[in-house]
Amino acid sequence: MNVPSTILTLLMGIGLTLISLWVGQNYHFLLPVSATDVSPEVDRLFGAMLTIATGLFLLVQGCLIYAILRFRRKPGDDTDGPPIRGNIPLEILWTAIPAVICLGISVFSFDVYNSMGGLDPMASGAGMGMAHHHGHHTAIAATLDEAPAMTGTEVALGLGAAPGSQGQAPDLQVNVQGLQYAWIFNYPDLNVMAGELHVPVGQDVQLNISAMDVLHAFWIPQFRIKQDAIPGRPTQLRFRATQPGRYPIVCAELCGSFHGAMRTEVLVQTPEEYEAWVASVMPEAETTETGQGSAVTLAQNPQNLTDSEYLQVYSDRLGIETRSIAQLAPAAL
Amino acid sequence: MAPAELRTPGAIEPDPEPWQRFFSFSVDHKVIGIQYLVTSFFFFLIGGALATAVRVELATPEVDFVSRELYNQLFTIHATVMIFLWIVPAGAGFGNYLIPLMIGAKDMAFPRLNAIAFWMIPPAGLLLIASFFVPTGAAAAGWTSYPPLSLVSGQWGELIWILSILLLGTSSILGGINFAATILKMRIPGMTLNDMPLFCWAMLAASILILMSTPVLAGALVLLSFDLMAGTAFFNPTGGGDPIVYQHMFWFYSHPAVYIMILPLFGAISEILPVHARKPIFGYKAIAYSSIAISLLGLIVWAHHMFTSGTPAWLRMFFMIATMIIAVPTGIKVFGWVATIWGGKLRLNSAMLFAIGFVSMFVVGGLSGVMIASVPFDIHVHDTYFIVAHLHYVLFGGSVFGLYAALYHWFPKMTGRMLNEPWGKVHFVLTLVGFNLCFLPMHYLGLMGMPRRVAEYDPQFSTVNAICSIGSYILAVSTIPFLVNAVYSWVAGEKASANPWNALTLEWTVSSPPPEHNFVGQPVLKTGPYDYGVTKRGESRKPISQLKASDILSGSTR
Repeated sequence: MNVPSTILTLLMGIGLTLISLWVGQNYHFLLPVSATDVSPEVDRLFGAMLTIATGLFLLVQGCLIYAILRFRRKPGDDTDGPPIRGNIPLEILWTAIPAVICLGISVFSFDVYNSMGGLDPMASGAGMGMAHHHGHHTAIAATLDEAPAMTGTEVALGLGAAPGSQGQAPDLQVNVQGLQYAWIFNYPDLNVMAGELHVPVGQDVQLNISAMDVLHAFWIPQFRIKQDAIPGRPTQLRFRATQPGRYPIVCAELCGSFHGAMRTEVLVQTPEEYEAWVASVMPEAETTETGQGSAVTLAQNPQNLTDSEYLQVYSDRLGIETRSIAQLAPAAL
Repeated sequence: MAPAELRTPGAIEPDPEPWQRFFSFSVDHKVIGIQYLVTSFFFFLIGGALATAVRVELATPEVDFVSRELYNQLFTIHATVMIFLWIVPAGAGFGNYLIPLMIGAKDMAFPRLNAIAFWMIPPAGLLLIASFFVPTGAAAAGWTSYPPLSLVSGQWGELIWILSILLLGTSSILGGINFAATILKMRIPGMTLNDMPLFCWAMLAASILILMSTPVLAGALVLLSFDLMAGTAFFNPTGGGDPIVYQHMFWFYSHPAVYIMILPLFGAISEILPVHARKPIFGYKAIAYSSIAISLLGLIVWAHHMFTSGTPAWLRMFFMIATMIIAVPTGIKVFGWVATIWGGKLRLNSAMLFAIGFVSMFVVGGLSGVMIASVPFDIHVHDTYFIVAHLHYVLFGGSVFGLYAALYHWFPKMTGRMLNEPWGKVHFVLTLVGFNLCFLPMHYLGLMGMPRRVAEYDPQFSTVNAICSIGSYILAVSTIPFLVNAVYSWVAGEKASANPWNALTLEWTVSSPPPEHNFVGQPVLKTGPYDYGVTKRGESRKPISQLKASDILSGSTR
């Protein structure tokens, strides 16, 4: 078989290419709203793959349908078809082209994955030695937090900082805990626990994900990010939301009979809305010791706090380790 | 098989092929092959009923048909039945029936082992189905059975599930040993590896995978059963175990399992297309060696199921690239098949329609497979309906279409009767329409945000889910014409000649159905498996309507 090279084939090839390109540009109805700074890049990757897939799909299906219509056996014709056993140049061609395509998609994917923060040594498992440093910020917060937080001994796998903000602490950290059948969001800096995730638009947010019982998976379709919550092993996601709005948070890993009901929402809020929310969950925040860094914690009714939580504020101010306060606690009683 | 001296003199000559042999511990590979196929088709119907129940539940966004607990059991057992009791054993059934015939052997290398391998399947299958009736219900942690969930949901169902899979895995390993030994050691003199029908290459590749990977699954499941029953903590995080290790061990088998399920059908398609296109297979060596390439590459791609799990970045990148590379040998096959039928003289009977349908549907699964190999995209669609769509295009559009094609193609050989063609075409159209209506819209559902394995979902997806459910009902109905056709034709169908398709592989040189021990004497190979339209030794080939067994093989008296 010769590689067809007639004008007609050429025109069909051009048509096929144009259709593929058109499909590859008009994929947006197939995806939900894109709401973070890097999610459009994932969409572009999808668009590129959809272009190639459409082309190959039309090529193969077109050949099959054409063959069915054109190469039917005539009634009464009992002879064989032409004894063509192969065509080395053609076979090399259809080995090389998919190989190049796959290589191209791999490079493109690598690039997108990097811009999502996947290669951040703090989150990728590459920089084990630096893990402790990374965990430092959360380590203090953890004393305020009932949920098991990162100990700093193990790197949280998942998506880390985008290349532009690697090595920098995120603007906001939220500890996310999955349990049958809910997500619990803990704001260590605010000492607030919530059932919905509130994040300010445009801020670099890090989610420290853990699971209490079984595997769960934290997924925000509009952010194009997903990460399993694994009991006994911290994981993380980091993102910067760009579109204010309410988006679903979906559990994507089978976690039991109410798995389908394990849903909540993320609210991407303007700074004003976010501040208003922070104020609303801490109504007494302004009434005591305004201007102090730890007013938020002081604002809570001391009766609701454990000793270490109550003293945490002072330890921060005086630079005393929580540990030493804990050692003093029994004596004080 | 009754000894001759037990026959009463003067009695009516016993039926040379009594039906009871199909319920006996027969060591005849043809009997065992049919035992495999009929048993697995029975479980296909059960798995299909479970799937239909799942789709009835999903026809509406609310939980209204079954309880949430039962729903999880339904999809868990549906997947387990379809994988371990339908596609894998059905592939093994064709392997059993066809390999000795295709390579000119009298039986498999280890006939008794062969029978033992088959007879593990019915108890394992019945055990699995019966687990619905134990107090805690059947296993409900998905066919992946990830701990810790599998350790806390329905202990007895889970234990029965493990036991059943261990039996089926053992059966599969015994089958794999037998296929590899038979293919490597029992070929007719003069048949080198490169003269083998491509089905044998594909079964060899699948057997390599079975032997390399299935023991790892067995290991994982034994450890899981210890965690479940003895309170050990291999995978249980509350005792310091690591659930991610289970995922690695599970997928080290279960990704190759996809190739174990599709490779035999790749092989079958490579047989069916040339026969009905009346052309040699295009690029024999490329298709043969690409099976081996797929089988070896298939061993190093498992963690692409774990891109959102506890997998470090370098592993994600490695497995992404390795997975992409598999597209190359797979593409070689697809393009080879398209080129095989290009310019041929197509006989568009049911076998050929299903074979072309296989190529057409498998391509969709292959293309979405390359997409989800890409880590950033997979992070979005992992564990969503996009994956459900993808895997069904591979395993239903691929494997099941391939199995149907093979059933239509080899039914005359196995039973000595032809299947009814018009009803075969009705079956094909219903299957094609129902399948695409059911699974094509699922790509959209997954992209838009619907996770898999849920009994309830966001009402915005209700219309598309209703369409999927209608497709599944058509798919359920589509099995009826086939079932009726197969049963009726087996009993009273038109008699089949030895070679109704004028094919050149050796199974067509013997009577339909073939005699016990297949070949008389030591046959000598005279032609290649795909020598359609080829002039041989200077003399032009006879018109194929006059083709005789002696033109393919000499020394055989039948």
